[in-house]
Amino acid sequence: MNLAAQDIRQNIGRFVLTALGIGLLLMLVLGMGGIYHGLSFEATQLVDQIGADFWAVQKDTRGPFAEISRLPANLKFRLLAVPGVQSAHSFVSHTVQREVQGKPLRMFVQGLDWPDDRGGWLRLVAGRPLAQGHYEMIADKIIGLDLGDKILLGKDIYTVVGLTGGMVSSSGDGMAFFSARDAMDVQFDVSGETARLERAARRARTASQDVGRLQPELLERVGGPSSTLPALAAPLVSAILVNVAPGADLNTVVATVSAWPDVTVHTHESQRQLLLHGNVDRARRQLGLFRVILVVVSTIIMALIIYTLTLDKTHDIAMLKLMGARHRVIAGLILQQALLLGALGYGIACYIGQWLFPLFPRRVMIATTDLWVLAGIVLAISVLASLLGIAQAMRVEPNKVLS
Amino acid sequence: MNHSTGDIRAVEVCNLTKIYGSGNTEVVAMKDVSFDVAKGEVMALLGPSGAGKSTLLTAIGLINPPTSGRIFIGGQPVMDSDRALVNLAAFRRKHLGFVFQKANLIAFLSAVQNVQIALEINDVAPRAARKRAMELLDYLGVADRAKNLPDALSGGQQQRVAVARALANQPSLILADEPTAALDSGRGRQVMELFRKVARERGSAVIVVTHDHRSLDVFDRTYEMEDGRLGAASIGHSA
Ligand SMILES: Nc1ncnc2c1ncn2[C@@H]1O[C@H](COP(=O)(O)OP(=O)(O)O)[C@@H](O)[C@H]1O
Ligand SMILES: [Mg+2]
Repeated sequence: MNLAAQDIRQNIGRFVLTALGIGLLLMLVLGMGGIYHGLSFEATQLVDQIGADFWAVQKDTRGPFAEISRLPANLKFRLLAVPGVQSAHSFVSHTVQREVQGKPLRMFVQGLDWPDDRGGWLRLVAGRPLAQGHYEMIADKIIGLDLGDKILLGKDIYTVVGLTGGMVSSSGDGMAFFSARDAMDVQFDVSGETARLERAARRARTASQDVGRLQPELLERVGGPSSTLPALAAPLVSAILVNVAPGADLNTVVATVSAWPDVTVHTHESQRQLLLHGNVDRARRQLGLFRVILVVVSTIIMALIIYTLTLDKTHDIAMLKLMGARHRVIAGLILQQALLLGALGYGIACYIGQWLFPLFPRRVMIATTDLWVLAGIVLAISVLASLLGIAQAMRVEPNKVLS
Repeated sequence: MNHSTGDIRAVEVCNLTKIYGSGNTEVVAMKDVSFDVAKGEVMALLGPSGAGKSTLLTAIGLINPPTSGRIFIGGQPVMDSDRALVNLAAFRRKHLGFVFQKANLIAFLSAVQNVQIALEINDVAPRAARKRAMELLDYLGVADRAKNLPDALSGGQQQRVAVARALANQPSLILADEPTAALDSGRGRQVMELFRKVARERGSAVIVVTHDHRSLDVFDRTYEMEDGRLGAASIGHSA
């Protein structure tokens, strides 16, 4: 006969409620790990999905995900000239927050290097990649747009032609993919008045200098659109993604480009490490600490519950001792209850987590190893929690039966 | 005194003294108590409240060590003053059975499980323990309530289950402290007669603390206790 099971059967309501509480705490422990894995995944998914062999970024920066990186777009052609380089795409990204139909719309804008890159590598859940160089976009579901939605960004209207699932930036904003030109237009959109003022200012600056006074014709030119001015650079891109040709040696190509004085190179792997260490590492430690605190709290709560369950049984334990029960029978009763409580809590944590985590706004990823680790934690805290109760039970004198 | 295996004494105590507390608060609960009980003998212990009856019974029951004196059970020395000469828990489970004023059944176990656990504690296999527990409940006339929790039983039924539990391991000595105080006189007498039956049929010695003078004819010997001292025995109310 199993004493622990019999006792629990008689106190099933209290036991289940306690297990539910412990289970929810354990679910948080599990969730914290899942949030961390989610952060890591989201942080690296873009570089992973893009799959470039290396990233050329502004000299001495750590790339567009860590800080502002600016490169001239024509760097792409220099890179294409390096032996062993198969393809190079410019990469533009920035976060925008606009108001669309009265609702804030936040997205992480990605420029695709039209026409070489139309977003064919994206895992679309609906729709298609870009089919034209302008006015189309692919949006992540999390942004809340639907296929066929038309939104006004800057001065142009963009149609949603494709949807991705779970493509978010490391800060959790849904990604939106445009052609690189459109992405820059969205980023650098200025009002008509701003453009007029800028042109007037250019005109005034030129007029106040020798060159303007000597060549009145120039004043006409500087008053025109900035894209027609040879002295003004084209908008800059954030990075250039490079893939090396099959058979070419990545290290040689990287060494060549690294030697250039105006760019820094990050390989796919070092880009991942930068992302993981820079953006996610502190979150990981933060979550880790929370996890430890939750585990401690769970242990304390469990210990208290086991302790009170034991106190409630003081008289029964005294009777068992009076009848000559061995210590291990009594310790076993308490330990088994703690383990059962832990196991039930674990089951509840896994079960509830399984349908609750997908509802979270950010990705929560539970790996099988996490489940094993949690099982280990539960085992440890169950044993630990039972110690207080066991110590109490060992102190009970058999003649307590008489009082 | 002869403590060889052929000894018919179930229990023997020599010069048992128990002092609770010390200094100002010192209470001499039991003073120089000596007696013995033979196998199959049923002995009653009478006396006013505070006389030291429970102190004596719990000392013999190995749950309340005396301050001085010696206790032999089944001829084996088990206590010398407050020093245990055997593993007390093991000795209790093999040789002693207890019944108290309150049945003290384990609340989360059914009637039959309360008896069964006493057997399992003594290393009887669960199946055999279950069977034997049912037989005992049957013997005590509460087999029909075997599956009920103690809460669902009347006081008399609970007490009979407690007696069944005390008998489970066929103890050589049964100690009962006011077992019938919570029962009406009819049921009280039934329990007393049960003790006698067990003593006769199984050869156990039984010591019963009681206030109930109407049942004294059941006992082979009666002792009166007062102020911690044991008076002279009156022998042979019953045949
Ligand atoms: N644990 C204890 N501590 C101090 N005094 C006690 C304790 N138990 C009993 N006594 C005292 O010892 C005396 C005998 O008590 P007890 O053996 O319970 O008597 P009875 O069972 O005959 O009523 C009483 O004076 C009682 O107050
Ligand atoms: Mg008493």
